[in-house]
Amino acid sequence: MIMSRLARAGRGGPLLLALGLFAALVLPWMIYPPVALDIACWALFAAAVDLLLGFTGLLSFGHAAFWGGSAYCTGLIALHTGLPFPVAIVGGAAFAALLALPIGFLSVRLSGIYFAMVTLAFAQMTYFVANQWRDVTGGENGLQGIPRELFGLDLSDSFSFYYAGLPFVLVGLFVAWRIVRSPFGRVLVSIRANPDRARALGYPVDRYRLLAFVLSAALSGMAGGVFAMGHGFASLEGVYWTTSGQAVMMVILGGIGTLWGGAIGAALVVQLQDFLATAGFAETGIITGSIFIVVVLLFRRGIWGTARHLLASRRKAAAPGEVAAEPRKSVDTPA
Amino acid sequence: MLQQAFNGLVGGAFYALLALGLAVIFGMLGVVNLAHGAFYMLGAFGAFVALDSFGLSFWVALVLVPPLLGLAGVVLERLFIRRLTPLDPLYGFLFTFGLALILQDLVKREYGVSSQPYPRPAELSGTVDLGLFTYPAYQVFVLAVSVLVCVVVWVVLTRTRVGMIVRAATERPELTRALGIDVGRWVTPVFGFGVALAAFAGVLAAPMRAVNPLMGADLIITVFAVVVIGGLGSVFGSVAAGFAVGLVSALGNLYVPALSQTMVFILMAAVLLWRPAGLFGQQEAFR
Repeated sequence: MIMSRLARAGRGGPLLLALGLFAALVLPWMIYPPVALDIACWALFAAAVDLLLGFTGLLSFGHAAFWGGSAYCTGLIALHTGLPFPVAIVGGAAFAALLALPIGFLSVRLSGIYFAMVTLAFAQMTYFVANQWRDVTGGENGLQGIPRELFGLDLSDSFSFYYAGLPFVLVGLFVAWRIVRSPFGRVLVSIRANPDRARALGYPVDRYRLLAFVLSAALSGMAGGVFAMGHGFASLEGVYWTTSGQAVMMVILGGIGTLWGGAIGAALVVQLQDFLATAGFAETGIITGSIFIVVVLLFRRGIWGTARHLLASRRKAAAPGEVAAEPRKSVDTPA
Repeated sequence: MLQQAFNGLVGGAFYALLALGLAVIFGMLGVVNLAHGAFYMLGAFGAFVALDSFGLSFWVALVLVPPLLGLAGVVLERLFIRRLTPLDPLYGFLFTFGLALILQDLVKREYGVSSQPYPRPAELSGTVDLGLFTYPAYQVFVLAVSVLVCVVVWVVLTRTRVGMIVRAATERPELTRALGIDVGRWVTPVFGFGVALAAFAGVLAAPMRAVNPLMGADLIITVFAVVVIGGLGSVFGSVAAGFAVGLVSALGNLYVPALSQTMVFILMAAVLLWRPAGLFGQQEAFR
């Protein structure tokens, strides 16, 4: 959004976009390539969660079902059919969307905190199913040795696979951006700001919410599929509730309703976890939980949100009378 | 069959105790406490530490651990949660998520992921003849105590002055305040009480369930489903749904064992389809 506003002001937008693309391209040179791919996947996952939280006003605490469910589906397609890996990833994303249909249909009947509870419960159900259905999911061992087939190309090296997986992430981010900027996205924002009013204006609110939920799930599924491909395995951890929480945490750390902020949150959290893991510190929850608490208590705007806020107030000081036209995010206002 | 039903009721007792704490906290503070499972786990570990390090019996732990953890809850509410209650309830939810992660991993760091042994109290190690079948005495005790606690809380809520204030503050906080009642004064004790209830359930669970750092995390999400089934914001509904879900899952387990863990979520889906506000919830309480 900052990019769009800067673009409207005639500066910065293309520059930021170029900067972001450049960062995405050089990332595996800067850091360990598997970690770079993790960051890219989580960035898309966070953007998908933000599509719901920041632009539709629904906090899903159950997106692990789509990320992890797609990881299983992607892995199964690749393992059993030998099809090229892009087909497996698209298949996984389609599976996530399909799974989101009944879950979303039931969940959008509630909103606010109840929506969070119900999505969390459905994701837990997915977890239990994955845990019990050992013949298909491998239970606690997960699916291992998922091949990366692409017309005989050698993608076994994680450095080269980063560039094979990156297009999916970029396309996913572009789709999320297009959704937000589309008329459909504007309706979503109006539903977030005032659902009753949107309903009174004749928009079928629940149907819009459901569609946003399914789209968000499909993008999460794509991210989860690339992640599973990158690691060569799909595990129970992907469908566990802490995975949902981690995506939400990245969104808040980056800034709710900023779409790109999640990428910053993802980069920070993944890097931190990698650092802790190499340092031999297994109980990462102590650190990530503390960050979560501090951000929720003191830093609710997030990084991108704070930058945007500072920029907006500076511009306002420079040109009085020009007020930011963007609606404030409802999540930040006192109930 | 009857024995299975009894198992279900005992399992339901834990759902009911946890759902009860969740419901009173949510009613009074508007916070859905994701760390509730962590407090349950801490209760069980409290009993374990009391026995292991201090040689205190189960009975002492049952009396001592819940108030101590309740006190910790009071401090927590005073220091942090207080700042979040005026905001969107989602922030309280996210805060307690972070808290659950911290508590869980702190315990994991100290004791590892394997389960700690905790013996049944000697007084209850036998079985009881219930006429149609014999049943472990400890399970009978758990069921009886849980029902007793739920009834006592119910009586306090409906028959005493304190209960009336809490219920009024839950349903119409503004109006209650306008009538000259200091609602804020009751917020902290209610939170502490809810935490103490979770810890109480944890101590009860120690002798019959595996005491490990993850024991609360999975349980609490199931309890969320129970609360949704019972009715959002309904104290009575939460307790009733707790026992009912325990019973139905146990019987379901008898006929379709594969569904033992997912049954509660299927029930939740059915309730959402039929009555989105839950069996005992008021329609106006949601949206």
